[in-house]
Amino acid sequence: MIVVAFLAQVLRIVVPYLLAASGGVLSERAGIVALTLEGFMLTGAFTATLGSYYAGSPWVGLLAGIAGGVALALLLALATVRYKADQVVAGIALNLLAIGGTRFFLRYAFDSSSNSPRVPGFGGDGGGAVGAAATLAASAQNPLVWIGILTVPVVAWLLYRTPFGLRVRAAGEKPEAARSLGVPVARVRVLAVAGAGALAGLAGTYLALDQHQFTDGMTAGRGFIALAAVIFGRWDPKRVAFACVLFAAAETFQIQLQGAQLIPSQFVEMIPYVLTIVALAGVVGRSAAPAALGKAE
Amino acid sequence: MSDATAGATAAERADRRRTLLEEAVLPPLVALAIALVVGDLLILTFGQSPGAVFAMLLEGTWANAYGFGQVLYKATSLTFTGLAFAIGARAGLFNIGAESQLAAGGFAAAVAGLALGGAPAILAVPVCIAAAAVGGGAVGAVPGVLKARFGASEVIVTIMLNFVVLALLNYVIAAHLHVPETLHTPEIAAGVPRLADLSDAFRGSAANAILLLALAAAAAAWWYLFRTRPGFELRAVGLQPDAAEYGGVDVGRVWVRAMALSGAVAGLGGLNYVLGYKHYYEEGFAAGSGFLGVAVALVGRNHPLGIVIAALLFATLSQGGLAVNALVPKQMVEVLQAVVILAVVTSVPEVRRVLRAALRPAAKPAKAAA
Repeated sequence: MIVVAFLAQVLRIVVPYLLAASGGVLSERAGIVALTLEGFMLTGAFTATLGSYYAGSPWVGLLAGIAGGVALALLLALATVRYKADQVVAGIALNLLAIGGTRFFLRYAFDSSSNSPRVPGFGGDGGGAVGAAATLAASAQNPLVWIGILTVPVVAWLLYRTPFGLRVRAAGEKPEAARSLGVPVARVRVLAVAGAGALAGLAGTYLALDQHQFTDGMTAGRGFIALAAVIFGRWDPKRVAFACVLFAAAETFQIQLQGAQLIPSQFVEMIPYVLTIVALAGVVGRSAAPAALGKAE
Repeated sequence: MSDATAGATAAERADRRRTLLEEAVLPPLVALAIALVVGDLLILTFGQSPGAVFAMLLEGTWANAYGFGQVLYKATSLTFTGLAFAIGARAGLFNIGAESQLAAGGFAAAVAGLALGGAPAILAVPVCIAAAAVGGGAVGAVPGVLKARFGASEVIVTIMLNFVVLALLNYVIAAHLHVPETLHTPEIAAGVPRLADLSDAFRGSAANAILLLALAAAAAAWWYLFRTRPGFELRAVGLQPDAAEYGGVDVGRVWVRAMALSGAVAGLGGLNYVLGYKHYYEEGFAAGSGFLGVAVALVGRNHPLGIVIAALLFATLSQGGLAVNALVPKQMVEVLQAVVILAVVTSVPEVRRVLRAALRPAAKPAKAAA
């Protein structure tokens, strides 16, 4: 039973990581640094809450969440692809914009500086089951969980088995060569970033609808954990998904051991970040990142 | 921004003026204009008059001693973090870790202050200052070493280190050093005078003598970057790492030095709170000033003088948000700060392009004459 409880909890935590990190893979493989996953998620969480609140339907919330993530992503694409702004600085600016913007419009829409009212979400009550079984049942009824799981093979297929994926990888490795072969590098990058915005927006949607409300800063660094997973998973969708599961398992471990005080929670919190630094320093080596990552065309 | 040479021709001087205009002056002005428009729109969504809100913002910051003191206090931290980012940027490195470097500096200063107990200020204050620089510098050096040794991206390492260092400090505070029922260390005896000690008008504001240290750091950074050989090497690596390497500069060593220096300056920023204001280290006291340092350096065009001015601007916005909160949510300024960064970073290449296009017809005959 404790294993089921553990797995149910891992599943619940891993979904937003899978969504956001898959988006991160798409963006980084096209050569655009995915520092803004956090901002996409936060914006998506907020717009999903708005959609779900005003329409009274989580499905509208889901579409609004995608739209919010894509909107911020297009702003990033405008700055970095059209105006060739530095990707790192633009990414930081957009994260700040997401934090400030969601707070501002939280006051505007709900006259609160901390949270929205309760909004409809997905998932039933677990059909009378209790404990871990209820958590699992609720997850199974949540379409976002299935979307999150399916995203991994879909992004892998897109990246490795379609002409678009080939163009994405070309734009991220050798943009000049790609352009000389007629690949519209700018358009490919914009599409890849928009895809990242949509997926990370869905990740935020999952968080907001799972809590049935938006709370200020509710993504709490999950976008950066997703970025860590992208790097730790060496920019490959399946390895990245594995990294997400690993990080989610560590987090679950911490939650379940909270009473036991075996390891201070702060040390468990560090795991994704420390692993990523170690990976960057040793395992990954110099050549693993897309060659044109962070560079204007 | 190269050193002024005596024998510069008129054409070179004109060239330098144009570079100054397109690199240093126009982008921040364009950005401020855009931010003003966005600000107006946000204010209008709340049904308020932009003029009234901006007047209130100025009144609450520069028009009274308390507000001005708060601006100076916030500008002090931002000057340090802005300088920290600029030192890295001049070497071609993005130090996104000022947030945790500042926290580590403040923590080291607090620990040093606690260890010294009731030692006289003449001893305790310099030791705390040195501790802050070492604490921040140590955190900053790590990504420098990892970049030099393994080619690890300093952007990612500094971001990840932010989380690691802050979690580590939170653990030490929570497990070993906190005063019961709080998230801060016991008070230290060491401290520097506050502006409120000099004049009653500043009562309640947090501005303190670390302000002078910030100005000194700006002057020292200017001297280092533009008047010393290591500073020249640092800038050379930032402009053309391959050429610098070819010219005999040890690029890896310059990276480590630049990151350590950058971290040390960010670490000094922690003193503003620990030595100047509260006299203890508290969880979360950095409160985003590390990240805003990126904005300050960007708007200040990575030049110490520009950074001091930009720090005042961003501090005014931060404090001004509190002043106008009755009319529009104070979060408006967070949006405006982000808009300013975005506008500067997009307008730098764009202003250059537009200006070059505009100047081209005029430049051609000059070239023919030569």
